[in-house]
Amino acid sequence: MSKVKQITKMRLFLPIFSMILVMLVNVIYDLASGNPPFGFFAISTQVTSSGNTILYGRLIDILNRGSEVAILAIGMTLVVSASAGTDISVGSVMSLAGGVCCVLLAGYGVTNVSEYANPLWVGIGVGILVAVICGIFNGFLVAYLNIQPMVATLILWSAGRAIGLLVCNSSIVYVRVPSFQIFGSYIGFLPTPILIAAVCILIMSLFLKFTALGTFVQSVGINKKAARISGFSSAKIILMCYAICGLCAGIAGITATSRIYSADTNNIGLNMELDAILAVALGGNSLGGGKFNLAGSIIGAYTIQAITTTLYALGISSAQAPVFKAIVVILIVVIQAEPVKEYFKKMSAKKATAKEA
Amino acid sequence: MKKLKFNSNSILLLITVVLFVVMYLAGCIVYADKGFTHLQTFLNILINNAGLICITAGMTCVMLIGGIDISVGSVVAMDCMFLAVGIEEWGMKSPVLMILVLVIGVVFGIVQGYCIAYLEIQPFIVTMAGMFFARGMTAVICTDQVSIVTDQLFVKLSSTKLHIPFGIGAYANKKGILQIPYVRVTVLVALLVVLLIFLMLKYTKFGRSIYAVGGNSQSAALMGLDVRMTKMKTYILASFLASIGGICYCLNTMCGTTTQASGLEMDAISSAVIGGTLLTGGVGNVAGSLVGVLINGTISTLVKSHGKLVSSWANIVTAILLCFFIVLQAVLSNIKERKKA
Amino acid sequence: MDSKIALTMRGICMTFPGVKALDNVDFTLKKGEIRALMGENGAGKSTLIKCLTGVNKFEAGEIHVDGIEGSIVNKDTMDAQKKGISTVYQEVNLCPNLSVAENLYIGREPLTKIGTVNRRKMNQMAAQLMKDLDLDIEVTKNLEEYSLALQQMIAIARAVDTKCKVLILDEPTSSLDDNEVEKLFGMMKRLRNQGVGIIFVTHFLEQVYAVCDGITVLRNGTLVGEYTVEELPRVKLVAAMMGKDFDDLASIKPEGSMDFSHAPLEIDAKGLSHAGKIKPFDLEIHKGEVVGLTGLLGSGRSELARAIYGADRAQTGTLKVNGKEVKIKSPIDAMNLGMGLLPDDRKAEGIIGDLSVRENIILAMQAKAGIFKKIPMAKQIELADQYIEMLQIKTASRETLIKRLSGGNQQKVILARWLATNPDFLVLDEPTRGIDIGTKTEIQKLVIKLAQEGKSLIFISSEIEEMLRTCNRMAVLRDGAKVGEISGDDMTQEGVMHAIAGGGASHE
Repeated sequence: MSKVKQITKMRLFLPIFSMILVMLVNVIYDLASGNPPFGFFAISTQVTSSGNTILYGRLIDILNRGSEVAILAIGMTLVVSASAGTDISVGSVMSLAGGVCCVLLAGYGVTNVSEYANPLWVGIGVGILVAVICGIFNGFLVAYLNIQPMVATLILWSAGRAIGLLVCNSSIVYVRVPSFQIFGSYIGFLPTPILIAAVCILIMSLFLKFTALGTFVQSVGINKKAARISGFSSAKIILMCYAICGLCAGIAGITATSRIYSADTNNIGLNMELDAILAVALGGNSLGGGKFNLAGSIIGAYTIQAITTTLYALGISSAQAPVFKAIVVILIVVIQAEPVKEYFKKMSAKKATAKEA
Repeated sequence: MKKLKFNSNSILLLITVVLFVVMYLAGCIVYADKGFTHLQTFLNILINNAGLICITAGMTCVMLIGGIDISVGSVVAMDCMFLAVGIEEWGMKSPVLMILVLVIGVVFGIVQGYCIAYLEIQPFIVTMAGMFFARGMTAVICTDQVSIVTDQLFVKLSSTKLHIPFGIGAYANKKGILQIPYVRVTVLVALLVVLLIFLMLKYTKFGRSIYAVGGNSQSAALMGLDVRMTKMKTYILASFLASIGGICYCLNTMCGTTTQASGLEMDAISSAVIGGTLLTGGVGNVAGSLVGVLINGTISTLVKSHGKLVSSWANIVTAILLCFFIVLQAVLSNIKERKKA
Repeated sequence: MDSKIALTMRGICMTFPGVKALDNVDFTLKKGEIRALMGENGAGKSTLIKCLTGVNKFEAGEIHVDGIEGSIVNKDTMDAQKKGISTVYQEVNLCPNLSVAENLYIGREPLTKIGTVNRRKMNQMAAQLMKDLDLDIEVTKNLEEYSLALQQMIAIARAVDTKCKVLILDEPTSSLDDNEVEKLFGMMKRLRNQGVGIIFVTHFLEQVYAVCDGITVLRNGTLVGEYTVEELPRVKLVAAMMGKDFDDLASIKPEGSMDFSHAPLEIDAKGLSHAGKIKPFDLEIHKGEVVGLTGLLGSGRSELARAIYGADRAQTGTLKVNGKEVKIKSPIDAMNLGMGLLPDDRKAEGIIGDLSVRENIILAMQAKAGIFKKIPMAKQIELADQYIEMLQIKTASRETLIKRLSGGNQQKVILARWLATNPDFLVLDEPTRGIDIGTKTEIQKLVIKLAQEGKSLIFISSEIEEMLRTCNRMAVLRDGAKVGEISGDDMTQEGVMHAIAGGGASHE
């Protein structure tokens, strides 16, 4: 009994548990449909039409497709921790960043190019810069004007995509240049998005390890007043978290755009904010702010992608998938809810007294 | 002699009304040749936004208690799809379906309201999950576009023109045929909803409780109001009104698609905010929200009248307005706080 | 039950984890009496009130209210209201966005025949009520258009109209000016004459003597006594509140009085103030000197220190640190000048509950170093272990979350946080509150030791004895202003109490 409790109390219990659950569903599904039982985990190589050898398998697919959510989850974790609210504009900002990048690379009003109008780094740089500016805008509203995070980010949630459409002149801008496509395809045998996500995660982990970012953010998130007396400037820290969140959205946006080598402003990053928030919650982080656990969020992000992939495998379309994700979100937040926790505490206390008697 | 006294709240509403008048007049002057001055243009704004008006009325109530409901747009899509598929594929009668839609709305509201009021989960998270749930359900019901053509009653409700009595505002069109301005059934429904909610907020115990809870929920509890019940009822009301809005919306579009009404919650929130409802709760009224909807409608009509502008301009202008009002509210409330301290 | 008695509480006991908050406390309130409930922070005033109104559940004891048979236990404040016990708090608990009339009647509005709210009747009733209470208030206006004092009175009017027998006024005057206080007193007296029993919780001595009939004093969760106003002149009241619990420790101050007038100035404040909290004051602190701030709770003793530190930004005046004029906008500025502040509200402003002891200790040091210069983990561990040993912090490990520690140990951690920054000037605001005697002495000794090392300190405490033992000089505060300084031979229990009690104090 106590051992079970110890395990469930571990910080990474929730994300790892749900990950295992998803894998189990896959194994059962494979068994039921007569596939080899561990087909889910099988990694093989495949030769593409262009003659490259690439890694192939469902696990690789999950890691690949989950890259954007994982990147977003980094920023979202910080935002949730510092400001006890979520940034719901990340999906729209992704789309905006992708749009700006493609338009710069293709030139305004052109919808299909096979040559750059501007150097590649300009497109990507400006795209990401725009995303960071969006993050700073959100952060300013939250940190300096004391607007509730979700209300503040609501503005860009609706405007971001619209501005993106405007920039792209309401059309899908294709950039058919290999050096741009590479961010969404393969380097050697490895899918590039996995690499990008890995680098982002690595940089953030190093940041957390070698700077005091974690202490700063968590202190502000846990007790703003005490943090102030101890010399922290909560507004600056919150602003920084939103800026980082914007940066992450920018990187994710460029990656997503590169995958389809086009700025499909209406669809890039659609519903991504839910996935990112879900990743943070699944990672065992409280949406009420305070202590955070980046590893949990990252595992959470890939778990969500695993759920999505599994849903597709079960024949559920991408339009229907949100139903299940929404149910998962509600279940997680209900478990985290104070009244529910208290109820369980009372129940276990009752059990304990019953045992004593 | 009574001294005229403006507090910050009435300033917000005043700005809104002035904004609407200025915008509309500007439209009348710039686009006079495109028929902007005709009464029908104004009525068309009402017709096009009948559903939105119902939804905004519900959103206003939710925002008055200091909450928010971003699921309404998806609920509308789900309603439309349900109506369309129900009529076309399941062969059900529209009155039955409409009642079912309303029941679904209430159930939806009960679940969301319970999570928010009794489980104390942030309204944003709950209704966001609700939003994705409803949007996904739309696709679960059917992934194709379904048009409603077979149900006689529904088609009739949709196409009936109710002409303005006594030919007020009648004008001759380009061919010289006399046109009498008209509205549709949905407009009457929407205006009735606004009137009822207005009276409800002002003259019933429930309505006043909404204001009290939004003003200071702790005080409201100390004064003996059931805060949780009030919150829950408000969310149920909002989902119910969203369903009425969904039916009105469907009567306009006569079809169900998975992407329908996306971003409608945004229009509702911005209409309410522009109409003077405070995001922090406790201040605002449904008449102001109606003006907010009219401003939104005017913006898109102006963008359409221009002819060359991309439709996303309407979204951007609305977002800018929303941003302006949110910041204005924040600044005003920060000043108030500072005065107190 | 005596028909003249409105309320009796007998033998009330209540424990919070680790602390006996109320120990066998009695309280009696007559009808038509205004009784002050006095006591310093942590004396148990608010706990007693909360037991009465059902917010806290007491463990033993009885409460009797006039007109109800037997002992009562209230489930919540609503329940208490139904039994005739209404509370009006310092923070007005009304809805600012509703009209005055609605605030008076919400939840019990008069209805029309069809079940809607009868606004006209409600307004008439409200207007009549205001007239009865002699208040010039337009009931259809929004509550927020009236001053805090009037809002306060509207809250009282609501309580009175719900036919209360016992009215609790919890620090109602804290945010009111003299004029407004007068109006409030007028209303209280009128209610008294109507037979309402009023419990008046305040920390303003003047006001107690201006309006009250009786005084009940609590200290450390126990009843000191129930007095009439005549029995208890100011000085005695101060003595009763502050206590004279000399512990048997010998003086820990080095022998011989010290003269600091030639030591260089560490802090030189001229005319600093923060609107509504502390009136302009001057204060000089020399190097190696411990200056005590004394005064009752709410006299501005914390606020003075906070204005220097920048926790509440000073709005007027100049501040010289080490002879140089400085502008302090926020705590980090003060910290960079070598200051530190241990706040009085440990839970709200001190601990970062979900972080470990180690993280809490290095917090201020890290804030000073900045985000990019992380203190190496080895250094963190070394520091944490060093201070855990030096201050004898009782914790399971250095990685234990600080919220799991007892109050005294939490306080030591926060003290360690500041010592780690090696400050030249440290403000200790109630560092010994809620801490056992042994730890108290340790902290006092530490204060002396720090001063000997050449650091300057401000020491704030509710216990005069403690201050006398540690401070070289004391500044006296009353009603948000610094009113004088005591040093040398005047620094005795007697002298300090007379200074705190101020005008009207009679020598016996």
